[in-house]
Amino acid sequence: MLLIACPYCGESRPEAEFRYGGEAHLARTPDSLDDDGWTGFLYARGNPKGLHFERWRHIHGCGRFFNAVRHTVTDKFVTTYPAGEGRPDLSSPEFAEKVAEASR
Amino acid sequence: MQKFSALALLAKAFGGHQGWQPQWRSPEPKPAYDVVIIGAGGHGLATAFYLASEHGIRNIAVLEKGWLGGGNTGRNTTIIRSNYLFDESAALYDHAVKLWEGLSQALNYNVMYSPRGVLMLAHNIHDIQSFKRHVHANRLNGVDNEWLTPDEIQAFVPALNVFGKVRYPILGGALQRRGGTARHDAVAWGYARAADALGVDIIQNCEVTAIRRGADGAVEAVETSRGTIRAKKIGVVAAGNTSVVMGMADVRMPLESYPLQALVSEPIKPMFPCVVMSNTIHAYISQSDKGELVIGAGTDAYTSYSQTGGLHITTHTLDAICELVPTVRRMRMLRNWGGIVDVTPDRSPIIGLTPVPGLFVNCGWGTGGFKATPGSGHVFAHTIARGTPHEIAAPFALDRFKAGRLIDEAAAAAVAH
Repeated sequence: MLLIACPYCGESRPEAEFRYGGEAHLARTPDSLDDDGWTGFLYARGNPKGLHFERWRHIHGCGRFFNAVRHTVTDKFVTTYPAGEGRPDLSSPEFAEKVAEASR
Repeated sequence: MQKFSALALLAKAFGGHQGWQPQWRSPEPKPAYDVVIIGAGGHGLATAFYLASEHGIRNIAVLEKGWLGGGNTGRNTTIIRSNYLFDESAALYDHAVKLWEGLSQALNYNVMYSPRGVLMLAHNIHDIQSFKRHVHANRLNGVDNEWLTPDEIQAFVPALNVFGKVRYPILGGALQRRGGTARHDAVAWGYARAADALGVDIIQNCEVTAIRRGADGAVEAVETSRGTIRAKKIGVVAAGNTSVVMGMADVRMPLESYPLQALVSEPIKPMFPCVVMSNTIHAYISQSDKGELVIGAGTDAYTSYSQTGGLHITTHTLDAICELVPTVRRMRMLRNWGGIVDVTPDRSPIIGLTPVPGLFVNCGWGTGGFKATPGSGHVFAHTIARGTPHEIAAPFALDRFKAGRLIDEAAAAAVAH
């Protein structure tokens, strides 16, 4: 069971308190809503083997959605951050140690 | 290829079992092939076998980054059934069951196909209505399936707690008698041996690192950990890793990869005459010929490539099994493990052409690919050889997501998604 740090509650809680919400930062962009754009928005997913930007909801806690970066081979989290914030810049020195740790 | 028979076994027994040949070669990759299959699991090896045996294409390489049959083929719970609701799915899975019936003879390899029956339990009114609908739909499609009352279930599987005091009582069940199990490793080995005998090169420890495309966009070659291999046709059969491989050709797939777990108990005397599954309380269980109870758990909530899952997922399944079959409560589990399954939005597989010329894909089997192995390989081989989808595979094309022709089989899948 994963331990997940809710950015609103400020502490790590067991995965059972959370609901997974799939890939994060999928924006419905009106100018690409032809058939291909719509298909991509609805169905296509990055599904990367490595760092994954994803949504979680602290359903049995504060109830709010947030985003997380997790390594999909080790299942270790790099960071979590409130919904609505942009993607964190993982190449910045702030994350260097955490990204290396999550990849191990 | 040495033919396996009772006579051969006897003859070799007199010679102290010396002189058995390796079942397949370990060839060095050639610079070019007519067809390259990425992934030497059951589906990939079956594809190669049917390409060679039915379509006369023998210059084939099957590339495998690990060892053959080491992914989901060696990790599943070996259940075979075709009691799917929709016409398209019933046609696909029953095509597979028909091939299972003659597979040991076709491959000259005992895959231990055992049509012992698959019993799906109903625990509430919705289950009863849904399963009866499945029974009728199946019969219209020529797929056997019958409704059993609680008394008939108790007689068929005495170990089940049908009339005890339980939270989710057993109110009936749907039994497909042609369903059952097969030996999963033997399926991979049998297809590998038969394909190898027809000239197919199975190249293990050969990881694909890139797919090279020409100026016209068509595939030209794959870069691998053992050098460049040219091919005009490439079939991707990489299960949980399909998104990664297809990403090498810049195709974003409608797939998410999840861990799926299974476990086996210590071996005991025969107590399960068939496969028992319950979608509602999420339990499924069968008994291997060695006597182990083979138990399938659910998928984890999140996408992952870790090949392990959370213990609370298996615990949930074991809770249900302890209530269904109270006699096994004190049994010990010997091993548990995880595989990575690629799940599509409509829980039906993707078989066919891709936007990249020369690149074919067979994926998205999710939590239930083993049962389809022969049928999947058979229709995919046809699709690769002809360049147009096999009649049965056509509804499962990748472009169904764009066209909106989804085959929403989520309700029929055994594992709660």
